[in-house]
Amino acid sequence: MNGSKDLMRVSGLQKRFDNKTVVNDVSFTLAPGEIKGIIGPSGAGKSTLIRCLNGLEPVDGGQVWLDDIELTARRADLDALRARIGFVFQDFNLFTHLTVRRNVTLGLIRVKKMSRRDAETVAERELARVGLANKLDAYPAELSGGQQQRVSIARALAMEPELMLFDEPTSALDPQSVGSVLRVMRQLVAEGMTMIIVSHEMAFIEAVADDVLFMVDGAIVEEGSAKQIFHHPEQQATRAFIDGIAAAMVGDIENQATSA
Amino acid sequence: MADWFVFARENLPALLHGTLYTIAIWVVAMIAGFLAGWLLAVMRVYSKPPLRWLAVGYIELIRGTPLLVQMFIIYMGLPQVGIVFSPLTAAMVAIGINTSAYQAEYFRGGIRAVRAGQTAAGRAIGLTHAQTIRHIVLPQAFRIALPQWANEVVLELKYTSVAFAISVPELMGEAKMIGANTFRYFDIFLVAAVIYLVLVTVVTSVLDLIERRYALRH
Repeated sequence: MNGSKDLMRVSGLQKRFDNKTVVNDVSFTLAPGEIKGIIGPSGAGKSTLIRCLNGLEPVDGGQVWLDDIELTARRADLDALRARIGFVFQDFNLFTHLTVRRNVTLGLIRVKKMSRRDAETVAERELARVGLANKLDAYPAELSGGQQQRVSIARALAMEPELMLFDEPTSALDPQSVGSVLRVMRQLVAEGMTMIIVSHEMAFIEAVADDVLFMVDGAIVEEGSAKQIFHHPEQQATRAFIDGIAAAMVGDIENQATSA
Repeated sequence: MADWFVFARENLPALLHGTLYTIAIWVVAMIAGFLAGWLLAVMRVYSKPPLRWLAVGYIELIRGTPLLVQMFIIYMGLPQVGIVFSPLTAAMVAIGINTSAYQAEYFRGGIRAVRAGQTAAGRAIGLTHAQTIRHIVLPQAFRIALPQWANEVVLELKYTSVAFAISVPELMGEAKMIGANTFRYFDIFLVAAVIYLVLVTVVTSVLDLIERRYALRH
């Protein structure tokens, strides 16, 4: 079915909660190595959309394909497909009862059937990669938000995913922590990881995304290069959103100037 | 007062022998109740109607009737249909069944309180539904239920005393017998009460340690 070399293909995706359509006829493709940013106002359905992409939310219509396998098929082996897709949550969702090390090894041991020793080697490597080699035996509650989010990225990376989905990875973080998480994500970009990122960090999206989707009310209003979306939007709604953010940032700066 | 100590010391061996029965009933019932409690809680939360109704019916039936009635039915009622237990076994079975229903409810509360994001995170790394329950939901549910569960453990230790009613020679049964022989009911029940108090204090301290060790850190 999937003739092109796209890693993921989404076609006519529909998702409703009760009678409200939250994702409305969304279609796009994702090439290997591509970084796709998804932006839009709160309540646009961005998080619901990205949760449909690994089957965390069942869809009401349309299809999601990973390679040649339809993830939305009734008989899809979702567990096996999810193991190929890394997912990073807004609020981290580290397993609170497990140490950092065991947060990372759980999937390796139970899903990939690795020996405990091999899993720990991988965990140590992945945690070193996100700068947390010294936190192996800490519990999540002992870490800052930024550290927890980096552990959750390491937990996802340890499974050697073919693509990574990020659902507002920095929205729950204080400003200091945002930088540490974005640094790790930049490193992934440099390594050529395929990624879909829902984010309000516009500067980051503009800097790393190959392609940007602008969503309003569950639908894609405009899709284009970062340059197009941020500097030459074709749609009035996109322009209003981008200008609004710019105005808000100027407002922040003015507020800080007044209060200082 | 000095007289009481002499009396207590004279009868201590018999009471301690009874205490061994008390502990045996309690340990067996608690372990059985723990395992059955988890099974019932998981059935009540995760299974589909016929099985779920079975769990709900069992839990509500047991919680809705007195322990003493349950024990009499098991010890004196079941022989009528050909099932005969020794007094000790009947006490273990009755208290085990009784506590399983309560433990199930505490565990169910714990399962319900595990945050949805924890399950989503488990599924997102590729764990199956069953693996997510086993490795993420249940361990966290136990930690959440721990204070109530610890309370239940202590309560059941004291409830073992009803076993004297089917002539198990546990602590309470021994005390009553000594009382009948000496007519010093007040003194002997006081000794029995002190022994229960010591047991409960030891158990409570151990449970406090466990609670502190495993309390969810967030």
